[in-house]
Amino acid sequence: MTRLTTRARQLWLCYRLQLKILLVSPFEGFLGVVFPLMFATATLLVYRVEGDPRAMAYAGLGAAVMGVWTSVTVAASSLLNRERWAGTLELLVAAPTPFLMVLVPITTAMATVGLVSVVVTLVWNRLVFGVRLDVASWPLLVLGVLAATVTIAMFGFLLSVVAVRYRTAWALGASLEYPGWLLCGFVVPVSLLPLVVRPLSWALAPTWAVEAMRSAASGGSPWGELAVCLALGAAYAALAAYLGRRLIESARRHATLALT
Amino acid sequence: MVARDLRRSFRTTQGRLRRTRSEVEAVRGVSFEIAPGETFGLLGPNGAGKTTTIKMLITLLLPTSGSASVLGMDVVADVRAVRRRIGYVFGGDRGLYDRLSGLDNLRYFAELYGVEPREQQRRIGALLELVGMTGREHERVEGYSRGMRQRLHIARGLLHDPDVVFLDEPSIGIDPVGARELRATIASLKEQGTTVLLTTHYMFEADELCDRIAVIRSGEIVAEGTPEQLKRGVASGRVLEVETYGVPAGVVETLGDLGPVHSVAVEERGQLQVLVLQCDADSEVTQDVLSRLGDVRVGRVSAREPTLEDAYVQLVTQ
Ligand SMILES: Nc1ncnc2c1ncn2[C@@H]1O[C@H](COP(=O)(O)OP(=O)(O)OP(=O)(O)O)[C@@H](O)[C@H]1O
Ligand SMILES: [Mg+2]
Repeated sequence: MTRLTTRARQLWLCYRLQLKILLVSPFEGFLGVVFPLMFATATLLVYRVEGDPRAMAYAGLGAAVMGVWTSVTVAASSLLNRERWAGTLELLVAAPTPFLMVLVPITTAMATVGLVSVVVTLVWNRLVFGVRLDVASWPLLVLGVLAATVTIAMFGFLLSVVAVRYRTAWALGASLEYPGWLLCGFVVPVSLLPLVVRPLSWALAPTWAVEAMRSAASGGSPWGELAVCLALGAAYAALAAYLGRRLIESARRHATLALT
Repeated sequence: MVARDLRRSFRTTQGRLRRTRSEVEAVRGVSFEIAPGETFGLLGPNGAGKTTTIKMLITLLLPTSGSASVLGMDVVADVRAVRRRIGYVFGGDRGLYDRLSGLDNLRYFAELYGVEPREQQRRIGALLELVGMTGREHERVEGYSRGMRQRLHIARGLLHDPDVVFLDEPSIGIDPVGARELRATIASLKEQGTTVLLTTHYMFEADELCDRIAVIRSGEIVAEGTPEQLKRGVASGRVLEVETYGVPAGVVETLGDLGPVHSVAVEERGQLQVLVLQCDADSEVTQDVLSRLGDVRVGRVSAREPTLEDAYVQLVTQ
């Protein structure tokens, strides 16, 4: 029991401090909240031509999650590289706390920024573009937003594990940013994509999360999508935990923890 | 702490189009034993493999071959147990979160080392006091000077009151007064019974602090012993220093031919060149040296006991 409370306290304090690190920097603040607003603005300007409020709602929801996707994929892979440059990555690995327990609060802090950006984007959509979300079930929509944030965070977790071993993993994160927008169907339906890439879409949890949010908003049942989304999120986490142990071992063998 | 035939090589690639791989053998068969409570110095030139050796001992690098144990625990098999009881401090101003305050940095690592909350406050307060940072702990690290960062980093390494501390050039960038305080801190660690492995490029620091010293060159230990033993080991017993103005290289070489002279080194000090001659203990070589110098202008001539630095220079330049 005491070990559990100790671990919980460690996670909580590390989470708070990591959040502090993220929020202190104007860059992340910008990336986390202002960029998503730009994306949403661009998307809604395009959709407004249609003059269809349903399409606006569709794009508004997608654009909100798009911001989280961007900030988490880019941040997750670059954050650990920054720790490497700062020399703290080695210290984190050298500490007795299992490294995955160090990564969890880092990822959660990024997800928190993501969640804030979803809410800010939805408010922006409402105030600037008058996008009125006629939401059939608010609790289900909130659940969908949370599922999107959590599973994207899990995806970020997976990316950051890879970044520990491979110094060039930041490029992976950056290169996933834009394909993700299309693949996850944030602003264009997945059904418009060529058949060959659709399995990729289905393997990405946010695809299902956005679908769930849209179902919840329009009065359908989001449970099926939610279940798939959470299962995928859990799979990412499991894969990250498995890879984590092997990749840190490999980093110790190949001396990629430090740039020295 | 025991190291047995530790080896570590690194693979490096060069070139962009035609990639050539090469292997650097950074550490080639290092063995030593450090008794509990001992302060052990690892000295050697840049790139000799000191940091690499330490990183294998603190579980950050896997040895290519060989084995090592800390406090009786294997550094490959008992990773977690080893990590819990060792502290690591490296030189320079890295290893901190710039965007957090000094206090937050310490709290973060205190959590990662599982220091109890009540213990944490007391310990952090005491360590800030120890490294002379009390009063500045609420400021963000990005505003700290280099020496302040290094001090904070030292406090960080001692948070969990480790039994073994690895100090890799801890005094880099610290002002003279701070360096003196740091030496006092290291000495007090020793009084508490902490085992210390120290690397430094300041010979007087090693001389003052270390019970035993190993000199490492190109990944191999070339000498080991107490500072006294190393000084005595310098084949000669006396050092003759002669200040000269514009001594030709040819003349310096002839000095080396003198019987009692083992080696001659030239230190440039502005206008003058100081000849440092390692000689036999009870030889009267001064007259011979002066006569060979002929009409070269000579300044002060002095003889002294060899220092650790003399021993070191001889060991790594042989
Ligand atoms: N990650 C790495 N990849 C490739 N080569 C490395 C790596 N780390 C160290 N080396 C090489 O290993 C050798 C020993 O380096 P090491 O850092 O152990 O030296 P050192 O004795 O600590 O030197 P210094 O006094 O400059 O700190 C050097 O040739 C260095 O280039
Ligand atoms: Mg070094």
